[in-house]
Amino acid sequence: MDVTRLIIVAVGGQGNLLASKVLGEAALLSGVPVRMSEIHGMAQRGGVVESAIVFGNAESTIISNGEADLLVSFEPSETLRALNRCNKKSVVITNLSPLPPFTVTIGRGTYPDLEQAQKLIREKTARLIAFDAVQLATRAGDVMAVNMVLLGALAQTRIIPLSTENVKTAIQTRTKKAFVDINLKAFQLGYEAAEKEN
Amino acid sequence: MHKLLTNEPGADMLLLGNESIARGAIEAGVAFATSYPGTPSSEISLNFFQISKESDLYFEYSINEKVSLEVAAAAANSGVRSMCIMKHVGMNVAADTLMTLAYVGTKAGLVILTADDPFMFSSQNEQDNRYYGKLSGLPILEPSSVAEAKEMTAAAFALSEALQEPVILRTTTRINHSTAVVRLGEIKERKTKGDFQKDPFNYVTVPAVSRKLHVKLLNNIRKAETLSDHSPYNIVQGSGKFGIICNGVSYNYVQDAVSELNLTDQVKILRIGFSHPMPEKTIKAFLKDCTRALVVEEGEPYMEEAVKAFSQEAGLILPIAGKGDKLFSRLFEYDPAMVRKNIAAYFDIPYKPTQAVDISNIPEIPQRPPNLCAGCSHRATFYAIKQATKGMETIYPTDIGCYTLGFLPPLSMGDFLICMGSSAGTSCGFSQVTDKKVIALIGDSTFFHSGISGLINAVFNNHDFTLVILDNRTTAMTGHQPNPGVDMNELNYEGYNPVSIEKLVSSLGVGHVSVIRPYNLKKSISAIKEAIEYTGVSVVIAKEKCTLYAKSLKQLKGRPFYVTDKCKNHRDCINELACPAFFIQDEKVKINPSLCVGCAVCAQVCPENAILPIKKEG
Repeated sequence: MDVTRLIIVAVGGQGNLLASKVLGEAALLSGVPVRMSEIHGMAQRGGVVESAIVFGNAESTIISNGEADLLVSFEPSETLRALNRCNKKSVVITNLSPLPPFTVTIGRGTYPDLEQAQKLIREKTARLIAFDAVQLATRAGDVMAVNMVLLGALAQTRIIPLSTENVKTAIQTRTKKAFVDINLKAFQLGYEAAEKEN
Repeated sequence: MHKLLTNEPGADMLLLGNESIARGAIEAGVAFATSYPGTPSSEISLNFFQISKESDLYFEYSINEKVSLEVAAAAANSGVRSMCIMKHVGMNVAADTLMTLAYVGTKAGLVILTADDPFMFSSQNEQDNRYYGKLSGLPILEPSSVAEAKEMTAAAFALSEALQEPVILRTTTRINHSTAVVRLGEIKERKTKGDFQKDPFNYVTVPAVSRKLHVKLLNNIRKAETLSDHSPYNIVQGSGKFGIICNGVSYNYVQDAVSELNLTDQVKILRIGFSHPMPEKTIKAFLKDCTRALVVEEGEPYMEEAVKAFSQEAGLILPIAGKGDKLFSRLFEYDPAMVRKNIAAYFDIPYKPTQAVDISNIPEIPQRPPNLCAGCSHRATFYAIKQATKGMETIYPTDIGCYTLGFLPPLSMGDFLICMGSSAGTSCGFSQVTDKKVIALIGDSTFFHSGISGLINAVFNNHDFTLVILDNRTTAMTGHQPNPGVDMNELNYEGYNPVSIEKLVSSLGVGHVSVIRPYNLKKSISAIKEAIEYTGVSVVIAKEKCTLYAKSLKQLKGRPFYVTDKCKNHRDCINELACPAFFIQDEKVKINPSLCVGCAVCAQVCPENAILPIKKEG
């Protein structure tokens, strides 16, 4: 089976690890070989959390620079920071709602211009899907559902070897019962947003 | 029921490496486990802790790795299958026990897990603990995958019993923190009670006994050599004139590289999973029909040294390489592309790497360093120390925990750090040879772990410094594990006896002991001043629960604060405290109410008294 390499980056607390877990469970349901690794050293203290997910016949659980087929980012400045993981064939999905680091919020750093950032990513990669996932999560009923919105967009690209149904089933079985409906709605909104970006 | 107790042999489950290891031990019937928490091994202990609350598994968070290993060694020598879990540097603390425990051996299986951390994602060094196998003479197993981690953990218990020696299970972060599908096996019944048979001439390591035990250990190493040569974990795959010897996660990168470079008919691979003692016969036979060999291992050239020595003994003259300027580094983690590139280069295979996108014209991205949480009491304590020492020349030896982050500006509290507990020990030396005021910073768990011996040393030798114990009532950094000071009743766990740091410190004869509530800045500053003025050893206990921990216990009561119109933009709050709840909007300081926990420290710092609690609605 062909290998698909996905990197997810987020800021601690954005729910990256749950998103990875859902994809892992969906792969298990689909009988797709999956290996993942995560680095979340100081996530609780505001750092960056990165997951690597490798689908298909590979043994490695990490992804080298330039070798991600897909980059999903929960935060636009983190998309830029992780861009060296991509090559010109990579597809990038990013939330556009910024979560500025503390250095910026207290006026000691400059947050990158989002228009320019999108232009650069479009030039350098095969495709960029960019939208405000926070707004869609809020519309789904919980701002914390950004992770599910982005999973929806990811599923829409059909680049990962998982069916939309299996990802939805994993959301139903692996996320908290009280949030399943919101999560599925968020997933759907993300899916539609990616469709519009086509 | 805890998911790792699922009794469905043959079922597939998505598990974290650390869960897989815990499950392997459960399947092997582990009945007794001990640990001092340390990333990247923490989740193994956490799972055992949870399982022990709903089964007859005994688990304890011990005070440090040395005690932890001793507790487990006694249980194992009483016939109970035991496991001791630590991070790599923990092995240094446990080394005194380890070295002679190897002489004594074990009755029931005893597995010592050491989680190494190449690249130092969350550690102070990246030492390669395979050398502990060589140093102690104990066998080492090293898994390459999450699924194999479970199998090897179970096999380690059997190996330990076959040799009557503890077995070291050595992982790296990429095993501990990777996730994959694991097939569950049968759970062996736990034997929780044992018996100790007196045998002082084999158990009491006086010189005459140890001379005999060392002979026994060497015999065991010889037996282990044979086992290593026949181990299903030392496997040869493929065929060809080029040989690659690899271990751990490197094996994954090598396999992927060999298939991606289409080298399957040119390269054969020897994966070493039983790495101490190294499988001498297997390696000699492997090298015999190779024209060139490459050793791929993260960390030190542990295997490379052995492979070269075996080759010399066997009279082989093939080139063997591993570490080198143009090949592999002793530094950091490896990755698939780097291993692929080096394999291609060493065996002269044409290879064009995938080009990563050019990032030279990407605008500068602001850093996102980890920060003390909003309302963290360490920030308040650091601020109070700074105020109390204004105008003084100071040295702040610090220690390992969240508070280590205080070394960053603007707090800049932390001048010297070696290892767990070093703040107290190094303060003795600094205060003796310099004329600066020495104020040491240590957390509650680290104080119990190994800070206490430095403090006793200071009392006896009459050193002159202040030890500030940042007592946030938990082991926060690694995920809120209990330590001997923790009130376990709050967590609804019975049967523990918390140790009072204040009583303990006073009983040592520390001349000046005070307890502060760091959120009260004025009182804290004056108490710290008094402690610093005292000649001799003084201790300040800064007691305030970790905000994340308090939140999880539903004990956070504070109301968020806001900045009123009285603000004149001095920005002392941001410049001195740098609490992440602050942000600037339209050139004015604001407070994010969803982050603010209402500690009120900024309100006390503000020269205009412009920061007030948000009034309750209605």
